[in-house]
Amino acid sequence: MAAISVRKLVKDPIWMVLKRNISMTPGRLGTQMTVRDALNSALEEELKRDERVFLMGEEVAQYDGAYKVSKGLLNKFGEKRIIDTPITEMGFTGLAIGAAMAGLKPIVEFMTFNFSMQAIDQVINSAAKTYYMSAGAVPVNIVFRGPNGAAAGVAAQHSQCFGAWYAHCPGLKVVSPYSSEDAKGLLKAAIRDPNPVVCLENEILYGLPFEMSDEAMGEDFVIPIGKAKIEREGKHVTLVAHTRYVGICLEAAEELAGKGVECEVVNLRSLRPLDEETIINSVMKTNHLITVEGGWPQYGVGSEISALVSESSAFNYLDAPILRVTGADVPMPYAKTLETNALPQAFNVIKTVKKSLNIP
Amino acid sequence: MLSVFARNLRTLGCRGIYQSYHINNYATSTEASFETQPYKLHKLDEGPSTNVTVTRDDALTYYRQMQMIRRMETVAGNLYKSKIIRGFCHLYSGQEAICVGMEASINKKDAVITAYRAHGWTYIRGVSLVGVLAELTGKQSGCAQGKGGSMHMYNENFYGGNGIVGAQVPLGAGIAFALKYQKTDNICITLYGDGAANQGQLFEAYNMAKLWNLPCIFVCENNGYAMGTSLDRSSASTQYFSRGDYVPGVQVDGMDVLAVKECTRFCKDFVLKNGPILIEASTYRYSGHSMSDPGTSYRTREEVQEVRERRDPISKFKERIISANLATPEEIKKIDVEVRKEVDEATEVAKTDRELPLEELYNKIYSNPEPDYQVRGCDPTIMAASH
Repeated sequence: MAAISVRKLVKDPIWMVLKRNISMTPGRLGTQMTVRDALNSALEEELKRDERVFLMGEEVAQYDGAYKVSKGLLNKFGEKRIIDTPITEMGFTGLAIGAAMAGLKPIVEFMTFNFSMQAIDQVINSAAKTYYMSAGAVPVNIVFRGPNGAAAGVAAQHSQCFGAWYAHCPGLKVVSPYSSEDAKGLLKAAIRDPNPVVCLENEILYGLPFEMSDEAMGEDFVIPIGKAKIEREGKHVTLVAHTRYVGICLEAAEELAGKGVECEVVNLRSLRPLDEETIINSVMKTNHLITVEGGWPQYGVGSEISALVSESSAFNYLDAPILRVTGADVPMPYAKTLETNALPQAFNVIKTVKKSLNIP
Repeated sequence: MLSVFARNLRTLGCRGIYQSYHINNYATSTEASFETQPYKLHKLDEGPSTNVTVTRDDALTYYRQMQMIRRMETVAGNLYKSKIIRGFCHLYSGQEAICVGMEASINKKDAVITAYRAHGWTYIRGVSLVGVLAELTGKQSGCAQGKGGSMHMYNENFYGGNGIVGAQVPLGAGIAFALKYQKTDNICITLYGDGAANQGQLFEAYNMAKLWNLPCIFVCENNGYAMGTSLDRSSASTQYFSRGDYVPGVQVDGMDVLAVKECTRFCKDFVLKNGPILIEASTYRYSGHSMSDPGTSYRTREEVQEVRERRDPISKFKERIISANLATPEEIKKIDVEVRKEVDEATEVAKTDRELPLEELYNKIYSNPEPDYQVRGCDPTIMAASH
């Protein structure tokens, strides 16, 4: 959202200046891809690469995907590899996990992660824990993917962020892409990973285009799980975020740059494992830390980052308490103004940066 | 005041008829045939045969296997009472004919998945006595090196041992899915109890198995009680073999190892052509639900005793073997002594072996982790290497 609106509003010379400050991997000018298409490419490439990979979920085949992420795949790969399921999350998630135990590489799509709650016992007790319980005899090579967190106007039961819930559990890996490169590289890495990986996408990001480098367009482009990316360098304050809120941070960073405050924006990319090293190095540089996420504040991603930075060598470098920007501690309302104010906006980040730096 | 279930058992026991044929006039025969109880069928025109034949060698094998499991479970119970086994321990004593009979009709490439009453299945699927008993005592020669315990034992094509009631059933449908996807002609036997039979996820699994023609044999090991809750208190319909609705079903006497074998042979053949089938095996457990349940608050001692006398799978099979001249009582006794010795030896290992060293606490959480991956221990000073 931030990338596209800034580009449209601002004239070209200014865009060139801004572009220098926005961390983008160099490449062919104009190779833009939406997050949706990046995910689609990732799926297609991995399905082609390994016969054991298959996609299963509601409406993924004939409907081309509820959000069109799996568009065209049924035509290319057929019914054996792209499978429409009945609306039975607990059942098909368990079935996919059993298939993974028996040597296949399923990709399970949850239409949204809200519905994964019906299947969460299978994800945690059958997938995450089995490798450990069997002392390494039974690996579970599986990906659970789908849109996570708030969409627009879908209210409380369809807007929850499950990042903290899944990242809590040893045995799972959890990734949370922001850009199209993130989406493609992380999903491919997740499919190739022999462990259960939860891939938390975001519906609002699906339609956004991002620059894709030549490398990112390649068939073997994977992003290592557990490594964050510095989206924008800065020296005054570190903003750590994941998924859509990386974009919110970049928006806030733009505005603050105009006031002489340089923000370093860290795109986590993965929630578990968390890239502690990148966060700690950044905090040691800027001496101020703010976490930004869409999930609820209590027991969340920001809480975890705050605790681990406090326990780390970076603690002595802090010039201010670690502050969190999160979703409001409420079930998501429907009415537009209420909904907008239930989720972090750029002004929330800016206000919090000013509090951290003790500036007006 | 016997429960409905126990009354039915008693009647069935009285009606048990078998004939044996002498093949020759020597002391032992090479094979014999018997009649089983009739099978109840659901949406099937034909069922398994009520005439079953067994060779002498097979009969002695099945006898030995059932006796081994019975002895192993008895020892496990004693170890638990001595507090050498901790946590959960669900004994299979009384149900041996099911795992032995079914294994006799499948091969090593067929798959099995079951719930937590899994020790008998673990053994029959190829894990050694030490592998089972040392896993129960938490030692490193256990089949999961002591990291899984009673409910999490695995082997090639044996997917445990699962602790969450009913969760193994969709998993089993998934294993069958994989077997079909990979174009094998193998099947998956997916077991659950009368308690799990009411779980919603079972019906989700039946639906997908039928829809996609998965080579899955669903098996309800109906032992009459879900923990302390009898069938009539838990289930609106206790005809478990029919609960698959559009999935055909067959009910078999789970205390008759030859009937179970024949039923499984029929079902494997069926499933490879027609998609899923459901077996209800009527059986009984002598112990309580687990070692923390004496098993007497919800059923009478008379009921348990009656099953031991009239329907015990091992002693009934022994009677058949001897009366059909497949073996002499002395040969049977010899097997009993050998079994006891083998189990006792394994028990010694299970008691005296060591536990995994402490650093293993942090290992094998992930397959192929990064070389620098570390795991947090219980306080901030503990960051352990993890492989």
